[in-house]
Amino acid sequence: MAQAKDFQTNNKPTWCPACGNYGSYAALTQAFAELGLEPHQVVMTFDIGCNGNGANNYRLYGFHSLHGRTIPVATAVKLANNDLTVVALSGDGGGYGEGGNHFLHACRRNVNMTLIIHNNERYSLTTGQTSPTTRLGDKTKTALVGSIDQPLNGPQIALTAGATFVARGFADDTASLKEIYKRALTHKGFSVVELLQPCVIFYDAKNIRDEYRSKIYKLDSKNWPTNNRQAAYQKAGETARLPIGIFFQEARPTFESHFKALANQTLVSRPTEKVDLTPFLKELK
Amino acid sequence: MTKTEVLTWKIGGVAGAGQQVAGLIFAKACSRGGLFTFDSSEYPSRIRGGLVTYRLSISNKPVTAIYRSTQLLIALTQEAFDYCQPDVVSGGVILYDSDTFKPGRKGFDGIKAYPLPLKKLGDEAGIPPLAANMLAIGATVALLKYDLAIVRQTIAEVFRDKGSEVVVMNQKAVQAGFDYARKNLEPGKFPFTLSPVKNRPADKILVTASDMVALGAISAGCKFLASYPMTPASPILHDLINWAEKSGMFVIQPEDEISAIHMAIGAAYAGVRSMTATSGGGFALMTEGLALAAMTETPLVIVEGQRPGPATGLPTWTAQGDLAYLTKAGHGEFIRVILAPGDAAEAYELTGQAFNLAEKYQIPVFILLDKYILEGHQSIAVPANNFKIERGEILTEKDLAGIKGYKRYLNTKTGISPRAIPGCRGGIHLANSDEHDEFGYSIEGFSAKVVAEQAEKRFRKLSRLLAELPKPKLFGPKKARLTLLGWGSTKGPVLEAMKDLPQVNYLHITAPWPMSESTMKKALQGQRRIVAIENNFTGQFAEILRGQTGIKVTDRISKYNGAQFYPDEIVAQVKRLITSKG
Ligand SMILES: Cc1ncc(C[n+]2csc(CCOP(=O)(O)OP(=O)(O)O)c2C)c(N)n1
Ligand code: SF4
Repeated sequence: MAQAKDFQTNNKPTWCPACGNYGSYAALTQAFAELGLEPHQVVMTFDIGCNGNGANNYRLYGFHSLHGRTIPVATAVKLANNDLTVVALSGDGGGYGEGGNHFLHACRRNVNMTLIIHNNERYSLTTGQTSPTTRLGDKTKTALVGSIDQPLNGPQIALTAGATFVARGFADDTASLKEIYKRALTHKGFSVVELLQPCVIFYDAKNIRDEYRSKIYKLDSKNWPTNNRQAAYQKAGETARLPIGIFFQEARPTFESHFKALANQTLVSRPTEKVDLTPFLKELK
Repeated sequence: MTKTEVLTWKIGGVAGAGQQVAGLIFAKACSRGGLFTFDSSEYPSRIRGGLVTYRLSISNKPVTAIYRSTQLLIALTQEAFDYCQPDVVSGGVILYDSDTFKPGRKGFDGIKAYPLPLKKLGDEAGIPPLAANMLAIGATVALLKYDLAIVRQTIAEVFRDKGSEVVVMNQKAVQAGFDYARKNLEPGKFPFTLSPVKNRPADKILVTASDMVALGAISAGCKFLASYPMTPASPILHDLINWAEKSGMFVIQPEDEISAIHMAIGAAYAGVRSMTATSGGGFALMTEGLALAAMTETPLVIVEGQRPGPATGLPTWTAQGDLAYLTKAGHGEFIRVILAPGDAAEAYELTGQAFNLAEKYQIPVFILLDKYILEGHQSIAVPANNFKIERGEILTEKDLAGIKGYKRYLNTKTGISPRAIPGCRGGIHLANSDEHDEFGYSIEGFSAKVVAEQAEKRFRKLSRLLAELPKPKLFGPKKARLTLLGWGSTKGPVLEAMKDLPQVNYLHITAPWPMSESTMKKALQGQRRIVAIENNFTGQFAEILRGQTGIKVTDRISKYNGAQFYPDEIVAQVKRLITSKG
């Protein structure tokens, strides 16, 4: 059986020491291994950003896409071959900004795949500009007197747009993050995990971690009603303290389950060959 | 067709009143009678109201363009009458809906105008207003002395799925129109007739280039289409959605064109033949995806249906304005192919080739068409369905078992690196939009040698690719006083025009990009006078030719008013050129 390290290349990560990306990388590769997956059965699509730079580090079928475009690529990979486990990674910039439209519609569509959005509240790879999740008043390179736009709440949007699995994890808590990833990967439908991912460069390293540690608490996995979209919405909106865990999960037929063409066979396994044109020609007489 | 080889029938009225449906029935009835037709519709970018015309050129020989000169016009409104009447030839007839308007008598000498009281006839026969167009078809059949039984049979076949009530009602309508015309419109005096052909070619279809792109894609084994609606490319999406269950193709309408192209790329990366279809404005949004396909070396077929731009332009009209754009679209430098079918038959053939080229060379391939041929129905022979599917170098698990340390971007002699498909053991790799090494891992400019090697590898494909592209086709005499040079949809009107231009030949280009200097020089060698004919303002192909080969065309014929060329216009312009400087 594959181990976490089998999902990891020997390439040196480009992340800064103590970046939150390391925690997510460890948790996700461990989750793949514990689910009994093998590297060739997994496709990951990557965005452009610090998170996307991890493309070099995952040992599996990877597609390093463009900024904001990780979702449509991943969606089609899954539709072409629904035997694969498909995971799309993105930052808050790529996921909520550049690719915001894809995010909304992927939640509605409910293709069986997982989206992990690394929320570090900054455009980090481009040196720390304001992002869609930058908090009000935070000073950045492009918000000199403090950010004035209302920050966007990804989990709440996912819930509103109809996602069937919405969770939040914390990069430093790899044990619980791994469990969340496993649940997301095995969910039948579009699973969204927003990752609180400390950026130690564009936030003061100690502050962001201290802040997260003091504010974060785990949802009570036994008693939290994951079937209540309204309650999940309210929970995801808390700001004084930050809940992590699975806000919401529901069983809804996946997008692909509506198509006969995908019922018994993957698209890719059907031979690429001549099709009898007679039925179509009849209509064109 | 006693007086003329081609007869053109036109009906004009209000959008949403069903002229196009009725017109197509007539076209199908002609086709079933062994005749050849070409149709074209002019309509505004709105759903109800506004002027709409449907025009049909009919001949007992293949007809490849729509003619302007009209022998029989049905005008359902004053607006339609005013717009269409100037094209009616002397000796022609206009039937006007006398329950809607009365035309003035000025300005059409030699043309007979007859009233056709559609409301009254409809009320008498108990037919709803929507079938009024079928009354006009009936009157047409009577005037042209065509075979009503064929029309009734066509109605039965076309409306079969709508139920017998619809069939009977439409048949009643054509009969009522037919009887009225027989009694009141002097068909005996009308000089133009239409008769079914004795020996009818059995395997004929009446199709648009959209139908044939769709059919070509099915035939080529395409299994995935992601397309966002935009005129004139939407009919491809509609066809393939309608046929999805039977063809097994997966069709998705995503949230926008950016998503469409990235989905097409994702599906291709996952190993299936995939395609997207759009118009110029939609492709503008896709441009970044084009570069992504190129950098990741993912095979991709993009259908681009042109309409006049810039911006929203004229959504429902035609142009050849996007060629230059497609040759350069996308940031950075990379190979792409542009195939430009000239008609429905070529649309089928070239769609098949597009998939082969995309997969063999792992590059993006365009099929560039325009509204004129995407929406115009044309009678053609049933396609052969004998594409040779060439998927290029794809490694199986067995192949991969013999390879240690698989390199997706292996620097080969041909520049083509064998692909591994996700899910296959032994083939894991990173397909990468960042510049990468042979494994696909991102590199920096510090690895200057690898950066250059990968760029060279991608461009190394060009020489083999050029040798494989469809060659220019010469129509008409080998040597001529004047050579028309065109690409894509100008083919049809030019071929019709050449019937009146014996000293002229035509070089038809179906693969305008990339251009092989030697191929073009050979094709144009010895031709005395080269005249580029293009449905655009700037002469985009002529410019490409000059840039790539140094060949300068002598003259240009251009049209950029939203309409395609008419054969008679070409004849007139060429004659003027010949007499002015010939
Ligand atoms: C189309 C496009 N626009 C802009 C960029 C530049 N760019 C690269 S990464 C990035 C934002 C990264 O922020 P985020 O998505 O939050 O990821 P992070 O780096 O924080 O992980 C931007 C704007 C780009 N690569 N492509
Ligand atoms: S800049 Fe921030 S997000 Fe990017 S690698 Fe460094 S710590 Fe991580």
